[in-house]
Order: sequence, then C-alpha cells, then structure tokens
Amino acid sequence: MASTDDLPGPRTSILNNPLWRGLFWQGLTLALLVWLALQAFDNAVVNMRARNIPTDFSFWNRPAGFDVNQTLIPFSASTSTYGQAFFVGLLNTLLVAAIGIVFSTIIGFTVGIGRLSNNWIVARLATVYVEVVRNTPLLLQLLFWYNAVLKALPGPRESLALPGSIYLNNRGLVLPEPVVGAGFEWALGAVALALLLAILFAIWARVEQRRTGARHHALPVAIGLLLVLGGGAWLASGNPLSFQQPVLRGFNFAGGIKVIPELVALIAGLSLYTASFIAEVVRAGVSAVPGGQTEAAQALGLRRGDILRLVVVPQALRIIIPPLTNQYLNLLKNSSLAVFIGYPDLIQIFAGTVLNQTGAAVQVVSITMAVYLAISLVTSLAMNLYARRIALHER
Amino acid sequence: MRIHARSLVTASLLASLAGAAVFAQASVALAQAPSKTLEQVKARGYLSCGTNPGLAGFGMPDDKGVWAGIDVDLCRGIAAAVFNDPEKVKFIPMTAKDRFTALQSGEIDVLARNGTWTQSREAELGLLFAGVNYYDGQGFMVRKKLNINSALELSGASICVQQGTTTELNLADFFRSNNMKYEVVAFATSNEAVKAYDSGRCDAFTTDSSGLYAERVKLANADDHVVLPEVISKEPLGPAVRQGDDQWFNIVKWTHFAMINAEELGITKANVDERAKSPNPEIRRLLGTEGDFGKALGLTPDWAARIIKQVGNYGEVFNRNVGEGSRLKIKRGLNNLWSKGGIQYAPPVR
Repeated sequence: MASTDDLPGPRTSILNNPLWRGLFWQGLTLALLVWLALQAFDNAVVNMRARNIPTDFSFWNRPAGFDVNQTLIPFSASTSTYGQAFFVGLLNTLLVAAIGIVFSTIIGFTVGIGRLSNNWIVARLATVYVEVVRNTPLLLQLLFWYNAVLKALPGPRESLALPGSIYLNNRGLVLPEPVVGAGFEWALGAVALALLLAILFAIWARVEQRRTGARHHALPVAIGLLLVLGGGAWLASGNPLSFQQPVLRGFNFAGGIKVIPELVALIAGLSLYTASFIAEVVRAGVSAVPGGQTEAAQALGLRRGDILRLVVVPQALRIIIPPLTNQYLNLLKNSSLAVFIGYPDLIQIFAGTVLNQTGAAVQVVSITMAVYLAISLVTSLAMNLYARRIALHER
Repeated sequence: MRIHARSLVTASLLASLAGAAVFAQASVALAQAPSKTLEQVKARGYLSCGTNPGLAGFGMPDDKGVWAGIDVDLCRGIAAAVFNDPEKVKFIPMTAKDRFTALQSGEIDVLARNGTWTQSREAELGLLFAGVNYYDGQGFMVRKKLNINSALELSGASICVQQGTTTELNLADFFRSNNMKYEVVAFATSNEAVKAYDSGRCDAFTTDSSGLYAERVKLANADDHVVLPEVISKEPLGPAVRQGDDQWFNIVKWTHFAMINAEELGITKANVDERAKSPNPEIRRLLGTEGDFGKALGLTPDWAARIIKQVGNYGEVFNRNVGEGSRLKIKRGLNNLWSKGGIQYAPPVR
C-alpha cells in the first residue's frame, strides 16, 4: 500500500500558498514601515536644515557655562561641557529614583501589612494613609512638601539644631562631613572581615539546619562579630573617622554635607506617594495566599513570625513582584516632576537648560527619551530576574 | 473566517501606512519651499505672538484679561500694519525654556518675549532678532535687612534664577570672574523663582533689571527689597523671527523702526492725521503720503500711519508700559532717543 506521502499533492499556485502570501504581506508592511521611518527622519532633517537648526551632536563637547547646585561628579561652569551636564542630571535622577525606591518599598510594605493587622487602630490608620495619599495628584503633594513644609523652616541664622550637629533650615539639611584619618582602612578591613565571617556562619547554620534540624541563629553571632572585631579595630587604630562640623558663616553654613530642600521634598513626595500604591500591591499579594497555608503552618506548630517569613511572604512575593515593578517604573518616571520644584534632574538640566542654550531640541529630547527607556528596561529586567528566582519551581 | 479577519487587519494597516506616507511626502514638499509667513498670517486672519506669561511692563494680561506691555504693543503694531487692526493678535504665553522651539517649529510667527539678542541664538538656533525694543542689563534683588550694598558682597549666597536664560550664564560668569562662591537654584518659570526667593529659599533673585523692578512691585512688601546697583551684563531685548523669510523679518524690524522714527519726528497717536499733512518730506514718506514705501514690505502705503494711530510711537509705548505712566516708573536711560542721550536709533524711511 502506497503511503499518502508518495501521492502528488494538488497543484496549487504560489499565489494561493498561505506561507507565501503571509510572507508577501508581512514583507510589504515591514518595507512600508521602514520607508515611513526613513521619510520621517529625512523630513525632520530637511526641515531643521532649512531653519538653520543644528542637526548634529557637536554641542555635546561645548562648554556649558552654567552652574548646578547639586552635582555628584565634579562640575563647574568654566570647564565642564554639555555632555558632563547630561551626566550630572542623569546621576541626580538615578539618586532620587534609588533613594525613592528604597523608602517607598519600606513604607509600602509596612503600611500594606498594617492594613491587614488585627489591631483596629493600625489597620484604620493604614487605610486612611493609602486613601488620602493615592487619591491626590503627585504634583500637588510635591508642591505641598516643598512650599508648605520645607520653606516654612527658618533661615540659616535661626536653624533648627538637631542632635549630632545636624542643622535644618530653609536651605536644606546640613550634616557633619566625615573626614577619613590614618588607620581608617584597617578599621574598614576589620568590619569587612566581620561581615564575611557572619555570612560564612549563616551559610553553615543553614546547611546544619537542613542536615540535623537544629537551629543556630545567625543574627546574634553577626552582631557580636561586628562589635568585637569591628569595634576592637576601631579603638585600636585610635578612632580614625572624625567629623567636620558645619559652621555658620555669612549667608549659610560652611563645611559639612548639604542636602538641598528640593531633594528632600522630591524624595518625601515620591516615596510617600508610591508607597501608598505599593501598600495595596502588598495587601493584595498577602491576601491572595490561601488561608489554608497559614492554618497548615499553625498545625505544624510554627510561630507567628515564622509563618509570615517562611510560608506567607515567599508565596505572596510571587504575586507582588510584577505589579511592584510597575510602581518602581512609575516612581522613576514621576521623578521628572522635579522641574516644578527646582531639583536639578535630567529633565531640568538636560531637556531644560541644555536644550534651551543649544537649540538642539530633537537631539536632546531623543537622548532623554532613550535614557528613560533604558533605565526602565534595566529596572524591569532586574525585577524579572528576581521574579524568576523566587518563582515556584515545579518538579 | 479567521483568515479573512487577519487579511482585513493587514489591509487596513497598509491603508493607514499609505495614508501616513502620503502625509509625510506632503510635509517634505512643504519644507522644500520656504513658506511665506506674511501670507500665512493673512490667511489665518491673526498674528500668533509669543509673549511672556506675566512680566509687568513687557507682557502680562491685566485684571480684565487684556494684554499689556511693550512687547505686546510691538505685536499689536505688526497686526496694525498687516490687518489695520491691532486686536488681530493671539498672544501665546511662553516659558523661557520653550520659546525658541515654539518659534523654530512655526507655532508662533514672532517671539516678543523680552528675549536677549545673542550671537549663538542667531547662529545656532536659526533665529533673527529684528531690533532692540529695550536695552537692559542683569541685576540682583536682595532683602533690605541683609544690609548689602553691592553684588560683590554676595559670596556664598543662594541665588534664585529662571533656567534656560542668558541670566543663568551671566550669573556663572559674574561669580567666576569675581572669584566668589554661590549656590544656584534654577526654576522653570520666573514666577517660581520669585516665589522661592520670597519664601527665603534664596538670598537673592537675579534677572534683567527691568524684570527686577517688575517683580518687585508684585511682592507683598515691595519696600523690603532692594535692587543692587551693579549691572552685570548687556541685555538687548527684542523681537525674534525664524530665519529664511526676509520679508517677514523686514516687517517686524520696520514696525519697531517706524515707532522710533515717529517719536523722533514728533508724531504721536493723537496727532498722526494732522501731521500727515505736514510738508516735511521725512514725515510724508513715513506716513505714506509721499512715495510707496509700504509696498516693498508687502504692506499698504499707510502701514506706519496705522501703527502710530492704533498703538503709538515708541516713547508713548515706553511711557505707558514701563516708564513714568506705569507702576514701574523706569527712567528712559539708554532707551531714550539717540538725540536725547539714549541709544534708540532707527534708519530713515527712504
């Protein structure tokens, strides 16, 4: 019996072959799209040339000529270029995003768990916080923090003195500046050694628990190691870290580290706002863990803290991570509202001052968009990797 | 059915792409023929004028929403010359940051927003400044209780400034050349910068001197603030247009010159009709009773007469908006006519 494979198939025209038809239409669409993009690019270049607007990136290496009041890398009007101004802005944006993400996560998790608390007052307070903060516009909150809270502070001469030579005034927060003395590297080395030993002990404790079931608590050991080794080396090297106290001179404090009020307001506004959303994400994640899991853990005799840490949170995290990533990305993008309160972020410095001084609007805006896109993609990549690590590994 | 749906989607996608492509082609074609701003303005029926959103004396709506200021009056003058109606202007408030992009992209026809005429703005931004309607210079305002008498005593001060301006650059130059330290706090709008200064965030506020006087009258206690004597820069302020349309550039330039020439020749809003009968050939040429000087600009012979009759001469405009007739009470100084000790000078109509 001849198999069906040997039979000649029906003679179909290439025009009626679904594969070829698909390829044809998709190829045509792609070609049109590419052509359109090229046209748009060409159109922009032709129009810009016709109006004598710069179309290249030569502005990047030209001297900037303006100053910025918060720079994480050395920057001065006389020697720095527009390119360096870009990095100053970028680092300021990353600083706000990083600090904001840490604070919003801590506050968000606390409030989220608080909403599920059995304590009536704690649960209600958390609810009020979430509902008030997430239902008012972020810009309004930023303006509130900047104008109503920070500018209400006294001037430098009447600064509020906080413990530890910390001063708070309407120019920001002034902290003593740490000055590294001789022998500091020894003390630092001892602290690093203590940390390393603590980590090794924690790993050993874990293996030991897996093997025998006996529990060795790693935290007290780590604290002890740090105190004995780190503290010992510190004293032995004669307290190598000193602090330069800020002194009031002229208009403001000289010396010390200054944290500008714009940064404080931006971080306060962004963290509190994002935290209200994170709280809801956390609450949803924890509520989604079936009650049976908790009951089973109780039946096994686990303590309350252990139930949360070992049973509920690991399962809740799988649900929490994807929407949490969204909130981190929102925080990053919302940080561009910095312009409204005078914080020198990427938008203010690069898409603001640099754009205006150079006139290279298309280039500057494209670079800015590409940067935000890149930071967002890197953030989601990191979060996705973490989500994959904690995902349920089915066997 | 599924295949049908898919091909439908593909077809509509292709159709929209094709449409977009035609559109792109059309805009390329548009770009290649330099557009005539005058024709566009006439076809639209009004002038789009970029102004300051709120700088007393230069461009600010009053409590009834009527715009006033010397920049605003310049745009009214252009509208009077083109339409014989000074009200055919749409004032579009611009931040310092957005103004040049708006002009480059054609969103506005002329930018009369106390902009400083600089070399790079013409050479790099593709703009042309059509004249100087206010000679200004940058200064500092501080609180009286600081007991400061000179800008040279500002070392270590925090200074509020509007970003994206020549002011920001001059500030850096001034402190650098005098070896002084300072903290700059830059804001997107002048309003926010002044608010921050007023609330004590900064020791000083800096902008063009005229702007300092204008902002001072807006502060709660104007007498608590003092403008320091130093003028640290040259700020020739004037209207700007896009490059590539010489006719439109000339119209804006000569609107300004017509107002200055009128003041020099003693022609005012009130006496323009009467002066048109004057035997003085300079006056007759300016007001269009002799020759046809408006035609070459693309306007009517009485173009200048329309401007003066409906808006006034330069002296009247200055006095009404920033001078003795206004709240700012700024002296004419450099902005007086060349024949009276200032440097305002216009080429003759000839």
